Amino acid sequence: MKNRLSAAPFAVWMAIFTVVPMAITLWFAFTDENGAFTLQNIVEIWQYSGTYIDSIWMGALATVICLVLAYPLAFSISRKAEHVQRTMVMIVMLPMWMNFLLRTYAWMSLLEENGLINQFLGFFGVHWNMINTDGAIVLGMVYNFLPFMILPLYSVMAKMDPRVIEAAQDLGSNNWQILRRVILPLSAPGIVSGVTMVFVPAVSTFVISKLLGGSKYMMIGDVIETMFMGDGCNYNVGAALSLVLMVLMLICMSLMRRVDNGEDELGGLMA
Amino acid sequence: MGEKKIIELKNIAVSFDDEPVLKNLNLSISDGEFVTLLGPSGCGKTTTLRIIGGFVTPDSGDVFFDGKLMNDLPAHKRTVNTIFQRYALFPHLNVYENVAFGMRVQKKSNDEIKETVARMLKLVNLVGFEKRSVATLSGGQQQRVAIARALANNPRVLLLDEPLAALDLKLRKDMQTELKNIQKSLGISFIYVTHDQEEALSMSDTVVVMDNGEIQQIGTPQDIYNEPQNAFVADFIGESNILDGVMIQDYLVEFFGRQFSCLDAGFAPGEPVDVVIRPEDIDIVEPVRGTLTGKVTNVTFKGVHYETIVDFKGFKWLIQTTDYYPVGSIIGIVLNPEDIHIMKKSAYSGMFGDYSSYSEEFDELADPEAGLAEDAGEGEE
Amino acid sequence: MKTLSKIYNGLIFTFLYAPIAVLIIYSFNDSKNRVQWGGFTLDWYRDLFSNELILESLMVTLQIAVLAALISTVIGTMAAVGIFNMNGRLRRAMESLNNIPMVNPEIVTGISMMLMFVAIYRATGLLQPGFATLLIAHITFCIPYVVLQVMPKLRQMNKHMYEAALDLGCTPFSAFFKVVLPEIMPGVITGALMAFTMSLDDFVISYFNSGSTAQNLSVTIYSMTKKPVTPEVNALSTLMFGTVLILLIIVNVRQVRDLKKQKERR
Repeated sequence: MKNRLSAAPFAVWMAIFTVVPMAITLWFAFTDENGAFTLQNIVEIWQYSGTYIDSIWMGALATVICLVLAYPLAFSISRKAEHVQRTMVMIVMLPMWMNFLLRTYAWMSLLEENGLINQFLGFFGVHWNMINTDGAIVLGMVYNFLPFMILPLYSVMAKMDPRVIEAAQDLGSNNWQILRRVILPLSAPGIVSGVTMVFVPAVSTFVISKLLGGSKYMMIGDVIETMFMGDGCNYNVGAALSLVLMVLMLICMSLMRRVDNGEDELGGLMA
Repeated sequence: MGEKKIIELKNIAVSFDDEPVLKNLNLSISDGEFVTLLGPSGCGKTTTLRIIGGFVTPDSGDVFFDGKLMNDLPAHKRTVNTIFQRYALFPHLNVYENVAFGMRVQKKSNDEIKETVARMLKLVNLVGFEKRSVATLSGGQQQRVAIARALANNPRVLLLDEPLAALDLKLRKDMQTELKNIQKSLGISFIYVTHDQEEALSMSDTVVVMDNGEIQQIGTPQDIYNEPQNAFVADFIGESNILDGVMIQDYLVEFFGRQFSCLDAGFAPGEPVDVVIRPEDIDIVEPVRGTLTGKVTNVTFKGVHYETIVDFKGFKWLIQTTDYYPVGSIIGIVLNPEDIHIMKKSAYSGMFGDYSSYSEEFDELADPEAGLAEDAGEGEE
Repeated sequence: MKTLSKIYNGLIFTFLYAPIAVLIIYSFNDSKNRVQWGGFTLDWYRDLFSNELILESLMVTLQIAVLAALISTVIGTMAAVGIFNMNGRLRRAMESLNNIPMVNPEIVTGISMMLMFVAIYRATGLLQPGFATLLIAHITFCIPYVVLQVMPKLRQMNKHMYEAALDLGCTPFSAFFKVVLPEIMPGVITGALMAFTMSLDDFVISYFNSGSTAQNLSVTIYSMTKKPVTPEVNALSTLMFGTVLILLIIVNVRQVRDLKKQKERR
């Protein structure tokens, strides 16, 4: 097929609606409300450095927890019979398709002061203050983004030839050595893409922190949201704040490119 | 076979990504001729076919059809049809609709389509398969549908791109005969691409041996086999022992320090040449009666014959013989003048025809089922 | 080891499904209190369907989802065909372009589009945040999913099939519709269903681009969760979960069938 031109509407559309908006964000970040060039916004985001650090910390924590939880599960799915794999992947994906807000909202009912968990603990005379804590936010992140970690790991592991593991056994490796020397290196692309796919949305969330963290916990997403939709909104500072997130995205993209795992991991999510 | 030229390629050059694929290729094909383009993967044979089919536009050079320039005619307007590698049947259509496809495009009447499809399916022995889904057919049957589909368009020339490569050996032999019969009965030109020399020799009127984007030799199968023009052709078609020699005068050549009479003439006295001796032409005799004597170093049983490697003064020859000579035995050979073929020196001299490093693996590597790999490279633009 | 891994997998699946189960169970709870069980009722479903705001945003959601799925499927399928025929740098550039909405944090995609619409509105008075901006935003993030679904189908297709159609006399245009499109149809339909589901489900991008005139369901839910929530939301989530479940099952059944067909073909 010679017809490359059929991609023209796509190229035009995506350029106008993804590249141009990013350029406009850049422009907003370096101008004041009158459109004059300024570095004031960049200076101003320094006051949020603590928020950035908190967000990155919580995002990183959630990412690590996801990785630790997902790795054994992904591996065990990948060693099952093909039809079992399909079903299990389906089971992992299903919650992802439930409205994100509703999933988070469900945790509110569980974690509340007189929520289900505390009612249950009440039988033993225990009360545990869970809602509106850092822990609740991280839990919300882990819950929401765990499938994003499981699926890329699984899709890399599923391609792993079982004979490779047998070969390692044959050559005298014990289970730990097999994990460290064979499975881990082979699943590295899945780890990178899983980490990216959890970390990026976790760091930038504003819904989870709003619903589970109450109003006092501000993540960088919350700050940006306030800058655009809140009362004292300031598009320019908001743009500068999200510029930092964009840089984060670029780093992740180049990381993904470096490991070059093709489009299968993204594709795997949509299988 | 008419002498009328139906397709002519003049000074064709193509390169993909600055990599030359065809270099100044000239070729003409007569009406009703069965022409085979033969060569290893990457030699440019598939590209040549695709140029004729209209799927590749040459960087320079002209393509004539019936004397008319058709460089810029798109594929769908050319009166040639193609049998593609792996058939490229339309999986969403049944056998009948696959064969009818071209006629439907041309908006032929239903009656005509019905009549032609029936005739075509009869031609390829698939009567009764009309309603079958192509996915349920065997490889050989799919091949037949592809032939019927292409021929239903009533082409003047049929292009076949390694059509039998995906079939097993037995089926391949049967299809070779069948294709040849179809070609004879329809009287149209077939241009056939293959890397299988046996296929080329047994089916073709004319064989075009290609390598490295250039035509090495054009001739009848007998010419190509008996009078190879250079070391590449001699080695690619069948097995050959190729030695350095010097032409003493017409009909007299010297190699291994001895003079042999031969049937070749027209070389300058003292001109270095390549001497080809086919392994099956060599007669083994008792050492005392031989013009040359050597020691057997390796014997492999091949069914019809033994492949015997014999060391003559450090140069190893391959000899095919029906008699068994154990490793270590000393034998003599006799070379008749008609067994010795003289070729001009070429770029390929010294590259082929020495069996010193002979082994089974080498043999297999030299004859790969790699026609598909070539296609992957050449198909890109 | 086997039982251990079974228990582990079971725990993770419980973790994933417990909150959803709670939501669904409490949508039938006959009590205004979110956590006290007061008997079975369908009242919340009845209330849901008499809630003007929800019904209105449901309409918006469906209209947007259908339109976004249709338009992104057309653009995305054409794009996949075009990109498939590209090589080298151009192809990589297109693939990166396609990846932007998938890798960009949603909030960045959301606000950057919002900023552009604001800039356009300020400059020309056109594209006031509302239905149109919401639709554009949804089409934009749906296209990559379609491209990623169609691309593998093109790759699986015998690459000579299109040439065979040309060879038999089709123009390039009719060859596409007669031969290529039927062949990649499973990918196109899956892509369309994915786009529909993604659009149905989106919150963050919609939140920044819907304005006050065209709120979709997610945005409405968000405004509801800010106040003390009534179990209507539970009923709504149950229904939405059911819808998505059905859509996903359709997609999966199609894929399994597709896989079987491919195996037969070999």
